Amino acid sequence: MVNMVDASPQVAENISAAEVPEVELYHPKSYWTKYIFSQDAKVIAIQYSGTAIAIGLVALVLSWLIRLQLGFPGTFDFITPEAYYQFITMHGMIMVVYLLTALFLGGFGNYLIPLMVGARDMVFPYANMLSFWIYLLAVLVLVVSFFAPGGPTGAGWTLYPPQAIMSGTPGGQQMGIILMLVSLILFIIGFTMGGLNYVVTVLQGRTRGMTLMRMPLTVWGIFTATVMALLAFPALIVAAVMMLFDRLLSTSFFMPALVEFGEQLEYGGGSPILFQHLFWFFGHPEVYIVALPAFGIVSDLISTHARKNIFGYRMMVWAIVGIGAMSFIVWAHHMYVSGMDPYFGFFFATTTLIIAVPTAIKVYNWVLTLWRGDIHLNVPMLFAIGFIVTFVNGGLTGLFLGNVVVDVPLSDTMFVVAHFHMVMGVAPIMVIMGAIYHWYPKVTGRMTIDWMGRFHFWVTFVGSYLIFFPMHYVGLVGVPRRYPELGDATFVTDSLHTLNAFISVAALIVGFAQLVFLFNLFWSLRHGKEAGGNPWRATTLEWQTSETPPIHGNFGKELPIVYRWSYDYSVPGAPEDFIAQNDPGPTKEEAAR
Amino acid sequence: MTIALVLILVVVGSIVFHLFSPWWWTPIASNWNYIDQTLIITFWITGVVFAAVILFMAYCIFRFRHKEGRKAAYEPENSRLEWWLTVVTGIGVAAMLAPGLYVWGQFITVPDEATEIEVLGQQWQWNFRLPGADGQLGTSDNRLIDSENPIGINPGNPLGQDDVVIEADDLHLPVGKPVKMLLRSADVLHDFYVPEFRAKMDMVPGMVTYFWFTPTRTGTFEILCAELCGTGHAFMRGFVIVDTQEDYDAWLQEQSTFAQLSTPTKLSAVDDTRP
Amino acid sequence: MIAVLIFLAIVFSIGGWWLSRQRLMSKPWLEPGFAGVAPGTEAINLPANKVGLGVFLAVVGALFALFISAYFMRTELPDWRNIPMPRIIWLNTGLLVLASAALHCAVVAVRAKQLRALKLDLLACIATTLMFLFGQGMAWETLTAEGYFATSSPAYSFFLMLTGVHGIHIIGGLFVLTRTTRHAWTQTNNAALRASTELCATYWHFMLLVWCVVVVVLAGWANDFVDICRQLLPLG
Repeated sequence: MVNMVDASPQVAENISAAEVPEVELYHPKSYWTKYIFSQDAKVIAIQYSGTAIAIGLVALVLSWLIRLQLGFPGTFDFITPEAYYQFITMHGMIMVVYLLTALFLGGFGNYLIPLMVGARDMVFPYANMLSFWIYLLAVLVLVVSFFAPGGPTGAGWTLYPPQAIMSGTPGGQQMGIILMLVSLILFIIGFTMGGLNYVVTVLQGRTRGMTLMRMPLTVWGIFTATVMALLAFPALIVAAVMMLFDRLLSTSFFMPALVEFGEQLEYGGGSPILFQHLFWFFGHPEVYIVALPAFGIVSDLISTHARKNIFGYRMMVWAIVGIGAMSFIVWAHHMYVSGMDPYFGFFFATTTLIIAVPTAIKVYNWVLTLWRGDIHLNVPMLFAIGFIVTFVNGGLTGLFLGNVVVDVPLSDTMFVVAHFHMVMGVAPIMVIMGAIYHWYPKVTGRMTIDWMGRFHFWVTFVGSYLIFFPMHYVGLVGVPRRYPELGDATFVTDSLHTLNAFISVAALIVGFAQLVFLFNLFWSLRHGKEAGGNPWRATTLEWQTSETPPIHGNFGKELPIVYRWSYDYSVPGAPEDFIAQNDPGPTKEEAAR
Repeated sequence: MTIALVLILVVVGSIVFHLFSPWWWTPIASNWNYIDQTLIITFWITGVVFAAVILFMAYCIFRFRHKEGRKAAYEPENSRLEWWLTVVTGIGVAAMLAPGLYVWGQFITVPDEATEIEVLGQQWQWNFRLPGADGQLGTSDNRLIDSENPIGINPGNPLGQDDVVIEADDLHLPVGKPVKMLLRSADVLHDFYVPEFRAKMDMVPGMVTYFWFTPTRTGTFEILCAELCGTGHAFMRGFVIVDTQEDYDAWLQEQSTFAQLSTPTKLSAVDDTRP
Repeated sequence: MIAVLIFLAIVFSIGGWWLSRQRLMSKPWLEPGFAGVAPGTEAINLPANKVGLGVFLAVVGALFALFISAYFMRTELPDWRNIPMPRIIWLNTGLLVLASAALHCAVVAVRAKQLRALKLDLLACIATTLMFLFGQGMAWETLTAEGYFATSSPAYSFFLMLTGVHGIHIIGGLFVLTRTTRHAWTQTNNAALRASTELCATYWHFMLLVWCVVVVVLAGWANDFVDICRQLLPLG
């Protein structure tokens, strides 16, 4: 039943040295070009990550304010309904686009792709540098909108017209919505420059011997997600440009004839549903743009820390590619009650539930990797386990919302909020944190402080579950999302208010635990233990660099040659429980003995 | 070790919470029991999968945690097991999808005898229109909306003259009669949502959307707006009062038609034509 | 969303064809060493900038496919009226064909190492492209003079937006083309010159193709085709 094969290293054949042409690297000479306007993917990765985490902290503070209002309505006078809508809009937009997308692709993609495929750098370093600076500009425009007259937009992160550009919505007739759209367009332009790099580096920049089927799943995940993002983000540009036309030139792409507070507006004939199609044509792939890198990274974390190859590597690869392709034909499951042609519901419910199958296979394979493993419960492994729990939970509630008629009572309630926070909030962030603990030693040369990491894990994992699991039931009761307060609706009981307050307290605690995480990252820069080159005894190329942290150009004089796949852990007959990808195996004499 | 225990606790805690917590859906007041049943099927299937996966993982972590001298097994894949799991998952998914699509088919097929009732959402109140004596609604357009004509009924259309207009007040429905809710919006997206009816649908300016249901018990139910519609979103409330037929008829007698509203002087004359 | 789904089907077919040659069914753990490296499964043996341009054109294609999808969804609404195409559009199309042809000649010249011809062709391309952009501006003028406004006619709004976005892409290309032209005078490295001329030519041909599709769509010639597609695949 089990494929027990002898995969012990074969005799190394005679191979000419790496024939990969030397990439012409511009070695930086001054501080400015080395650390600020750097073209080194690793520096750009850190710049991307730092910016993403910084703006993410803003989103974290916003989430506290949201929860303070929801848990203790009427207590905080400064949180007016206007402010509340601005908070939720900015929180959502920052988390989805400016934090998760930027961190997974701009941060992890930049750092890991060249190292993992054995390249000296990204193929277009200059465009890569521009990518970060345009991203930073996009973030700054977003920040400026907080200080613009009228404040940022409060249209909800989905920015649905007509309300997004009308006066009943904060920022709709002021600068808020304009700055938001401009910032998104800038983000996409910047991302496209980076995205071309990530894709072409995988296509063209791999070192000798690195076939697609030898790539770590991390690279597969980031690569597929980037391809999807390159094809999906244009939909957001189109939607944003058309909305800017509607807002600034009074065109009627999305705007039908309507009456605002008794006054006829000059719009006419447009369709708000058209916007929703465009938005979700971007928006649904976006979910997987965040999820696929998380899938890839968590596969590598589990495999490394369980000292066992990832179970069913081929199936994992096919699932990533299949999910990536299919995610382009499920978008309208966000629109079951939008008023679109109800017969679409049959098609989109079917595609949505089919996509659950490859996703489920990935989950099985992660768990089966643990089976008969040698599980080291290091901090990255704990976060990987936390990811599986929250992802399974959130993925299963997706089956409620994807199954068209079940979605009808649940859509636009707190159930949806709980679902997507579990599946694309908590779960990917678990992976991000696990990944940071995992690769921190490579990036800095030092280990993080272990007890702080464990403390951080326990509070985050248990706390997040306590926040979002009960929240599903708040939605089941019937509480709509995007309500700053429930008021005295007939179905709202006192116990529901208590539950809301409990969720808020848990949210505040989890939020503060993230400060421990940040402190750990800074403290360990100086006080962490020396890590050495390969502290986790991992097989992939980034752990085999001659210097830690890797220098500009990543590898020494010659690029590594790849002789095996990325998961040779606990190979029978091998002297150690891992064989690095660039290990040619024993020489002829050794093999003869 | 601790993590294995916590995983078991997560599973047990989640199930206990599901079964014994006081937070559950509101008692149903419409014919959409099928939706509730599909939801229950989904809860069962997903609940079993959740418990199975997490408990199995807890066992693996407990059983195969690192000890001195342990070495992991070498097992790149097991095609038979993987295909088997795929098929089982496929069956589980189909078991949820099939009833879901069946009920969706019912949800979008409006019975012929359903009475049409129009809801017009606007920032931030609910207006309603009932067909008058002729049983039909007249045409309407957002461009006709003004203070005299809050629903935008076409004054040239004879069908609209006897339509009953309810501006920012409660809607009454007779119990046991299917209704087709025609949904319009004067300004932004809204969503007509009564938790007890289970059904909901967005209201889109420039379009008429719909859903149907049959109220199954009398009572007062709160209407919420479920699609973000600006700063007043959370306060856009209204009431549906499901009456017995007699109470409903009595209520209907007191309402004004479009013709009465637009020409208040002729009120008595038009009133005579009412059933 | 018909247009973008057709476009994606094309992109995914190309990607699928490439992936099908990468031995995704192989069992990599059984094939250590170089025995496991089948020909054609290593890094793509093309210069990075060519691969990069190919990927970039896919992104640009997706952008226009989405604009066109939005266009078709908007045409379905009852207030839609087509607008007559200003006649200067056909002159502009001719200019863009000339520009593309000039770049094609430039590629032939640079491959034959005829520097004089290359310089001439590049300048001809820049000139015709600038005239194209000027002509597009005239088209806007004409329509506005005939009384169409972005606010009153969604067809005109689309005309403005689609020609505008196309124009921005042409202007972006002109920056690169200008640099290439400068290099034709200053640089002696023929390989670099050849590479950048070829990239510009590919880009111009692609933007010509996009323009032809945009014209066909804006002139309303594609409506019947889209109606047929909608009946086959009724997805918005």
